Order: sequence, then C-alpha cells, then structure tokens
Amino acid sequence: MTVLHWATIAPFLLAILIPFFYKYARRIHTGWFVLILPLVLFIYFLSYIPVTSSGDTIMNSVPWVPSLGIYFDVYVDGLSLLFALLITGIGTLVVLYSIYYLSKKNERLNNFYVYLLMFMGAMLGVVLSDNLIVLYVFWEVTSISSSLLISYWFHREKSTNGAQKSMFITVFGGLSMLGGFSLLYVMTDTFSIREIIANVDLVTTSSLFLPAMILILLGAFTKSAQFPFHIWLPDAMEAPTPVSAYLHSATMVKAGIYLVARLTPVFGGSAEWFWIISLVGITTLVWGAISAVRQKDLKSILAFSTVSQLGLIMTLLGLGSASLYFDVGAEDTLYTTAILAAVFHLINHATFKGSLFMTAGIIDHETGTRDIRKLGGLMTIMPITFTISLIGLASMAGLPPFNGFLSKEMFFEGTVNATQFGIFNMETWGMLFPVLAWVASVLTFVYCAIMFFKTFTGKFKPENYDVHVHEAPFGMLISPIVLGSLVVIFGLFPNLLAYSLIEPAMASILPNLLEPGQQFDVGISHWHGVNTALLMTIGVIVVGIVIYLMMKKWSKLPFYLKERDPLNRLYDNGVSGLISGSQAVTRAQMTGSLRDYFVYMCGFSILLLGYTMYRYDAFAIDTASTSSISPFMWIVALVFIGATISIAFVNHRITAVIVIGIIGFLLALLFVIFRAPDLALTQLLVETVTVVLFMLVFYHLPDLQRRTAKLRFNILNLIISLGVGSLFTAIAVSSFALGQDANFESISEFFIENSKELAGGYNMVNVILVDFRGLDTLLEVLVLGIAALGVVTLIKLRFTGREDV
Amino acid sequence: MKQIKSNDVMLRTVTRVVTFIILSFSLYLFFAGHNAPGGGFIGGLMTASALLLMYLAFDMKTLRKALPFDFTALISIGLLLAIGTGVTTMLLGYPFLTQFFAYFQLPIIGETELTTALPFDLGIFLVVVGIALTITLTIAEDDK
Repeated sequence: MTVLHWATIAPFLLAILIPFFYKYARRIHTGWFVLILPLVLFIYFLSYIPVTSSGDTIMNSVPWVPSLGIYFDVYVDGLSLLFALLITGIGTLVVLYSIYYLSKKNERLNNFYVYLLMFMGAMLGVVLSDNLIVLYVFWEVTSISSSLLISYWFHREKSTNGAQKSMFITVFGGLSMLGGFSLLYVMTDTFSIREIIANVDLVTTSSLFLPAMILILLGAFTKSAQFPFHIWLPDAMEAPTPVSAYLHSATMVKAGIYLVARLTPVFGGSAEWFWIISLVGITTLVWGAISAVRQKDLKSILAFSTVSQLGLIMTLLGLGSASLYFDVGAEDTLYTTAILAAVFHLINHATFKGSLFMTAGIIDHETGTRDIRKLGGLMTIMPITFTISLIGLASMAGLPPFNGFLSKEMFFEGTVNATQFGIFNMETWGMLFPVLAWVASVLTFVYCAIMFFKTFTGKFKPENYDVHVHEAPFGMLISPIVLGSLVVIFGLFPNLLAYSLIEPAMASILPNLLEPGQQFDVGISHWHGVNTALLMTIGVIVVGIVIYLMMKKWSKLPFYLKERDPLNRLYDNGVSGLISGSQAVTRAQMTGSLRDYFVYMCGFSILLLGYTMYRYDAFAIDTASTSSISPFMWIVALVFIGATISIAFVNHRITAVIVIGIIGFLLALLFVIFRAPDLALTQLLVETVTVVLFMLVFYHLPDLQRRTAKLRFNILNLIISLGVGSLFTAIAVSSFALGQDANFESISEFFIENSKELAGGYNMVNVILVDFRGLDTLLEVLVLGIAALGVVTLIKLRFTGREDV
Repeated sequence: MKQIKSNDVMLRTVTRVVTFIILSFSLYLFFAGHNAPGGGFIGGLMTASALLLMYLAFDMKTLRKALPFDFTALISIGLLLAIGTGVTTMLLGYPFLTQFFAYFQLPIIGETELTTALPFDLGIFLVVVGIALTITLTIAEDDK
C-alpha cells in the first residue's frame, strides 16, 4: 500500500469516523471535519501535475485476488489526474457550501457526510484504478452512494422514487459493463487497462469486439445520462443541492465520459465506436437542450442542461476517436481538435455548472422557491448571487470572454472539421453534426437567457415568497465565488491549463499518436480570425436573442407546457410491468405449500440434470468392473429400501420419526463400513440432536392426517418421485464409469500426501475442514448462524398484529 | 412445552453422571480431532447433546444456573474467533486463514503439537454449540 492507495481509500476511512464526530461533537457542524480531507487530497494531487505534464505516469500495484487477475492498481496519468483534481477540488467547495446549506439542528448530517465520503472515495477509485474489476467495484459504489444521497430526505416520496430510478438505470448499465469487461478479459487475458491497450490488436481482431464495446458503452451511457437513459438525472434533482452540484454536474455523471475517454485507445478508430458515441452524444445534446427550454424549475433547467452538455462532450469524444483511425501524429489538429475541446469543456462545465447549481441552491434557500414563474427582480436584492449567475450563464451560453465561449468555439470547430473526414460515410452524413450542434447551441442560449431574465430582472414581488428574501450568508457564497472566478480566469488565461492539465489528458486518450517526447499542440486563443466557428457563434447569439424575445408567443404552445420527458412514461410502464410480472410469478410459485415447492424443485432438477446427461451422452452403466457386494451390505441395503418405502405408509407421527431415525442410523452404519468415522460420528450426533428436537416439538404438532388427493395429483407425484429416484441412481452409477473414462485424477491423493506435511494433522477430514478448505467451513458455520438467527427472529419476534415491524 | 414431571429419579440420577461423561468425551473428541476422528463440529454437537440431555432431565432454570451463558452470543464469539484466526495471519502478511503448526515441549504432557487450527476449530465448536442450543431452546421455550 502506497500513499496513493491510502489517498484513494482515505474517504472511506474517514466515513467510519463521521458518526462519532456527529455524536460527540454536536456543537461543531460535522462538515468541518469532512472539509479537511478533500482539501488535503486536492493539494496532494496537485503535486502530481509536474509528473504528468512531463509525460510520465505513475503505477502502484497491490495484489488483491492475484489468482483471478484482480490487483488494486492505482494509475496516475493526465486523464485520471484531471478527474482526481475535479473530484477533490469541487468536493472541497461542495463540502464547504453544504456546511452552510444544511442546518446542523434538524438534518441527519452523519448520514449525509458518510454517503458523500463514500461517494468521493468511490469516484477516486473509479478514476485511479487500472484494473477493470476494481474499477467496476468502485463504479457500483458510486451508484449506491448516489442513490443514498438522492433519497437523503427519504420521507419525501419523490426522493425515494428518484433514487430508485437512478439505481435501476445506472446499476443496469453497471452490470452490462461488467459483462463487457469480462469479454475484454476473454480476449486479452488481463483486466489491466494498460495491458489491454498494449495488446489492442487482440481486441480489434476478435469477434467479441462489438459485443464487448456495446456492453461497456451501456455502462458509460447510463452513468453519463445519455439519451435515452437520461431520464434519471432530472429526478435525481430531489437530492439536496450540494449533492446535485457535486454528483450530478461535476463528477459522477462524468464517470461515463471518463470511461469512454479511458477506453478510446482500445475501441477508438473503429466505425462502430465513432458512430454510436457521436450519434448518441448529439441526440442527447439536442434532446437535453429542447427539454431544458421547457422547464420551469431552476434545478430542472440545470439538470437537463447537464444532460445536454454531457451529450456535447460525448459527441466530441466520438468525433475525436476518428483520429486513431488515421494515425496522423500530433501536428495535425484537424482530427485532434475534438478531443481537445472535450477535455477543455469537461473542466469548464464543472466550473460553471457547479457554480450555477450552487446559486440555484442559494436562491431556493433564501426565497423558498425555484419556480421561474414566481421568481423575478432578484438582481438588486441578491447582488453577489446575481453576479455569479451572470458569469456562469454567460459561460454556459458560450459568450466571450468566459471559458464556455472558448470550448464552445472549439466544439463548433471540431464538428466542422469532422465533415472533412473521408471515412465512415462522413461524406454524406457529416453535415449533420455542425447543424445539430448549432441548433442545440441556440437552444442552450435560449434557456440560459430564460434562467437569467426570469430570475433576476423584472419587478420584485414580495407577495410571491413565503419568507423574507435576502442575500445569502457569506460562507455559502464562498464556493460559488471561487468557481465563478475560475470561470473568468480560465476564460481570460486559458493557457494556464493547456500544458498542465489538458495536454496530458489528451495524451492519455490518444496515446498511440505521440512519438516519445512529442506533445499535442494546445494553443487556446480567443481570436483566431473570422472562421466558420466564429460565424456560428454569432449566429447563435442573434437567433437566440430573437427566439427569446418571441417567448411570449411560443410559451403558450403545448410544446412549452409539457414539462415531463415523454420517455418517463416508458420507464413508469416498465417498472409497473416488472412489479406486476414478478408478483404473478411469485403467486404462482410461492403457494405456501411444501408439496408445491418440492414439485418445482424436483421437477427442475429432473429437467436440468436429465437434459445435461442426455445432451452429453453421459448415461453410462458399466457392469464389467463393478466390485462385489458382500452379504451384510445386501442386508443393510434392503433394510434401507424397506424403511424408505414404509415411510409413505406410516400414519402415526412417532412411527414416522422412528423410521426416519432408522434411515439415519443406517446411513451412519454405511459410513462406518466405508471407513469414514468422522462422517459416521457426525451423522449419529445429528440424528441424536434431531430426536431431541422432535421430542421438544411433538407437543405442538397436530396428528398426522391422511389426505385424500385427486388421482391426477397422485400420478404427477408418482412420476416426479420415480423420475428423481431413477435419475439420481443413473447419475450415481454413471459417475463411476465416467470417472474411469475421463481419467480424472482423484484429489484425495493430494490430501493423503500433504495433510501431515502442510497442516500437521493425521486426520485428513479435519485437516481439510480447518486448513485446506477453512474458508468453506467458516462460511458454512456462518450460514448455520444465520439460520439460527432466522429461527430466533421467526419465533421471538413474531408479528403480533401491532405496528411494530 | 409441557415440563417433564419432577419425579423422574432414574433419569435425573443417570443424567448427572452421563452428562459429565459425554462432556469429557466431547472435549476429547475436540482435541483429538486433528489426528483422529473428531474436531470442532463433532465436539460441538456432542457438547450440545449433553446440554440438551440436561435440559430434558431437569428444566431451563437448572440449565441456566449451571451454564449462565447467552447461547446466541456464543455464536458470535465463535464466529469472531474463527475469523480472528484468519485475520491474524493476514496481519502478519500471509493470505487469509493460513494455518501454522509447530511442536513444543510442554510440562506433564510432553511433546505437543500446537497449531493455529485449534483456535479456529474452537470457534467452530462454539458456533455449533451456540446454534444447536439456540435453535432448540428457542423452539422449546416458545409458549404460543
């Protein structure tokens, strides 16, 4: 474990301590204890900038389950460092903001900060892991912790619904992603991303290339709220605003972007990757922008705007992946502009969207509402909030001189460049991208304008608010001010980031294009002559203003009034169908009758085992080499059979118990005959304890009653019991013959040779139990313990009819 | 559960003696387990059956007086002991549940093998005793 490992799991370690801080230091807001960690981590990760900007990477390995190829490897390169800085940097600001946002008097802060730290650690794990399985584990922890955060106010039905929705969708994606990772393992025999990239030929030539890619992209698209999986993101806005600012704009939703960027060297350069990502991205971009215009709630506008911007970044990653096809080297910016724009916009989006969410939270906190139909005239009452919002919105709309302008211009340039690609049918469909990009940008401009003018201009009407409206306390303003200033600083001095963060991140997305010692050209400037991108921006502003001015006309249209995403209906129907379907299955299967359960279990095993044996032609009865059966064995066997058959005809409970006891003791006798004293002893003792149990419960049991059943029912039972009996006999007999055919070496030899040598015991059975397979034993007794707990719960904590569950 | 009537002199007298024999035998089985038939699971079951016999012959009160443990807690103690054995080896840098053994010269007993499997097995022993008694007594004490 190196410092880097400890840094990755530090949030989890701190999370364990949070309940204690909450309990024993009530007078101090728990957030102050949390704040230290992301700050320290941020400074720690800053120290890696010189390393990655000089083109180096750091890799520290700790074996976890080496036999399965799972190593807890942390890997720092430009891309992961960029994300780690975003996570810890924005994390610090969000924690600071939350200290003022959540009151320590009436909020369950311990829960909040535990979940937040869990999330932070998981996110760091996702971006720093080199091993796909470890990445997957952290990935699912982000899903779980984010749904916990969404349902933080769990007494509201909307919160729990939103949490469930995000959980369903992101975990669905996560599981298919695991499938994709497994396919990658099948192709390359490793889980390490770096080794996969090194052996990329194995992947591209494999027939599993496309399935693996689609499965992994499902994970990325669900996490990054791409169309049509975006519907969870607006509902996730039920979470407290610091959470929205953190998870749903700056970090978690970008995990999908990260994954796509990280795996671009593996899948990039193929037509499928190019088209799937670009098309899904551009659809999301346009759809998100359309939906955002229709919203009336500040946070909903921001949520759909996030969806749209994520689509933008995704489009750019898709378009940029084409540069791997050409293998052009670092000088040709025609192809790499898109990746540059993606990385730059990622940073910019985190800054302006973070600050916008925080100001939306401030407005909600201080006025009690987020409805743009109620808000208005806040410019003079909340001057600082107004200024930050203005900067954020202008940046999001793509106005100079803010950072959003720069990346928006590059976005246009990237889409225009893409029309010149002579590959993947771009000659015919290429114009799609700049046109859709331009349309979406106009809509973006419009919703930014709506948000700005509806909130801050107009006449202030105090009767619209339930509370006294005033500017937020200073502490709550620090974080948005910092982010707002970053928007301005990155806008005015874009090259501050160019070679420290952006270039190393590009180098990790497109590693194979660089010769050793070579760098991408990342000159970002405000003025680069009158080109198509600039004309497009001017067009966006002009058309955007016209559309906004005509808002009175189109705000009456049904298009504007339908706020809810039509895809939600699909989801709702799906969920209710799932519930009623599973209820139907449950009703058919869980009848409460032991007989029915046995019918299902035995029937299933007959079908499954019978088919398998038949399919592999495994019924083999070998009478030639069977050993002889001594007379007393015949006697034991006959008594066995007799006792078993007689059970069916016994109609007194005590007799039945005695007969079952006979079978048990005969089994013990068999163990003795076959020289297994340990098993025999266990069997005897289990029989004894069972007898005691019977004695104790006899008093409660009703008399045995012979039930008369229909003939058809009896015949079915007869078939099933005959089937089970003959099938298992056949399996037992065949296994003897097959074992000889297959020449399997008996594993008992190993234990005979090594139990004294390795574990110091002569009793092989015991040595296996406590040493060679100790984990099995441990988990078996754990199961027993759970069973005992189950009995205690069923009997002692029985439901008495009152509301005490 | 209807209690057995209190005039079972035979049963009680025999139980007093037999319980100790069974208990000592179960201890023997437990310690012998590594080299001869026996071990934590069997020893635990044997002990449990001795205690159950006591319960049958006398009643809950007597059993509680003789053995003032909480049998549910015994399960967790046993599990913790078994897991603890595994974790201890991890702290020393070996994989989970690596077992060690060595031979020592002890007074009276002579040369003896001591192994880390013993505390592990003791954990299993305790869990089995705890489970058997918890399940039986919970069912038996249920008066509904």
